[in-house]
Amino acid sequence: MDLIRIRNAKKTYKNGVTAIQDLDLDIKKGEFVFVIGSTGCGKSTLIKMLYREEKPTSGKIIVGGINVGKLRNSKVYKLRRKIGVVFQDFKLLPKLTVYENVAFALEIFGLPKYEIHEKVVKVLDLVGLKNKAKQYPTHLSGGEQQRVAIARAIVNGPKLLICDEPTGNLDEVTSMEIMKVLEEINKLGTTIIMVTHDTEIVNKMKKRVILLDTGRVLKDFAEGEYVHESN
Amino acid sequence: MKAIRIILRSIRDSFKSVFRNFSLSLASVSCITITLIVVALAIVLSQNVNNFASLVEGDVTIVAFLERDVTEDETDDISSQINNLPYIESVVYKSKMELSKEMMDSSDVFTSVMKDWDDSNTPIQATFQIKVKDINEIKYVADEISKMDGVDIVKYGEGMVEQLVSLFDMVRKISIGMVIALIIVTAFLITNTIKITIFSRKREIEIMRLVGASNINIKIPFILEGLFLGIMGSIIPIILTIFGYVKLYEKFDGQLFSPFIKLIVPEPFIYLISLVLIAIGILVGMFGSYTAVRKHLKI
Repeated sequence: MDLIRIRNAKKTYKNGVTAIQDLDLDIKKGEFVFVIGSTGCGKSTLIKMLYREEKPTSGKIIVGGINVGKLRNSKVYKLRRKIGVVFQDFKLLPKLTVYENVAFALEIFGLPKYEIHEKVVKVLDLVGLKNKAKQYPTHLSGGEQQRVAIARAIVNGPKLLICDEPTGNLDEVTSMEIMKVLEEINKLGTTIIMVTHDTEIVNKMKKRVILLDTGRVLKDFAEGEYVHESN
Repeated sequence: MKAIRIILRSIRDSFKSVFRNFSLSLASVSCITITLIVVALAIVLSQNVNNFASLVEGDVTIVAFLERDVTEDETDDISSQINNLPYIESVVYKSKMELSKEMMDSSDVFTSVMKDWDDSNTPIQATFQIKVKDINEIKYVADEISKMDGVDIVKYGEGMVEQLVSLFDMVRKISIGMVIALIIVTAFLITNTIKITIFSRKREIEIMRLVGASNINIKIPFILEGLFLGIMGSIIPIILTIFGYVKLYEKFDGQLFSPFIKLIVPEPFIYLISLVLIAIGILVGMFGSYTAVRKHLKI
């Protein structure tokens, strides 16, 4: 079954720039997909539309059964609850501890305390930060901060995890650690879409790769097909 | 159960974030405090001016002098005619002899001159002293009385009273206008301060949206926070009003410069002002937070 179905999507910004056009894409449940392409190819716009930060100008984008284009502003939270998002700049709250940052995503649903505790501890264990629960994000390394962000994104069990250049601020070794965590999460059944510039990672992971160019899918490589030759 | 937990969490979080964002909260609270002190001053001032005006207005009396040969029956008739007029607050009759006695009581000079006068040869005229409910109608009432048979002349401080009335009316309108203008400026100032503080927490709102918090879910803690800020900001103005006004009242013995200018009795006046202050603080705090957050919830 397709988790994401995009048909003939187009996005033109107010300033007249068309970021996405004639885009068709299907992503199945449980897939791990890289989205790559040069700067300005529409990667960011594509994933922003997936979590409804942007609306498509025309065409159809269906995520987990929700028609994103027709989703009203006040109902966006319904989509967001099915999706986890991770960014390059982590977007953690500096005044909350690691534990609180992750628990934040559960508290808004009004879960009882013990349930929150159980889930947060479990997910912190998954990303390997169980013993840093009480620290503040500023005391953590970049890789650790990103793992907190990942923990927060997946703590309520989303079907889809969207990663916008999660390794963009990290060195090679740390990046691979993050990729291991993501692979682990993918194995547990979460679909992952990751936008990246880092061809090294894409080469190593050997997953499905979607190459975008001027807002269109230039090529869709099946698992293991994509090999980037460095110059 | 879920809703209760969400509300409890909102209260706890809003309370926490007041302290977590301490410097920003302090900015909002001091802004509220300062403006509310000014509002409190304006209210105290305008209410006292009003009070003074009503006291003076209440003291204005129409005196109707009766002709000397008016009989007792005719006097009763005039009395009932006056009582039948609109806007009458009170009517007091003073006979010639009562007036003479009052005058003699007040001074020895009067006593020596007036002691031989009796009801038939006294030059003093019997009077009706009339107070009206509405100072603006005093001219109408006085005119009506002067038309009555047996009434010689009617005096009420013509000219002076009209001027006083229009002066007080102006003072009243200006003071009310000033208080309203101040409240609006306060609302504007506080709203903007809160907007700035919330702007710096854009990320928090962004993350709440990102992890699937509904708009109401995001707004509630911020609105509650505005409420707390409003309450905290009104504490000092309220304390100042209560203690300051009581001290002022005691220091001046309830009157300013002369017994003529009476201050408003502190209770319940100070509590009413306190209520107004806290209400302004809360409403403006909540409104400020609400509009500030709403701005960040649009895509």
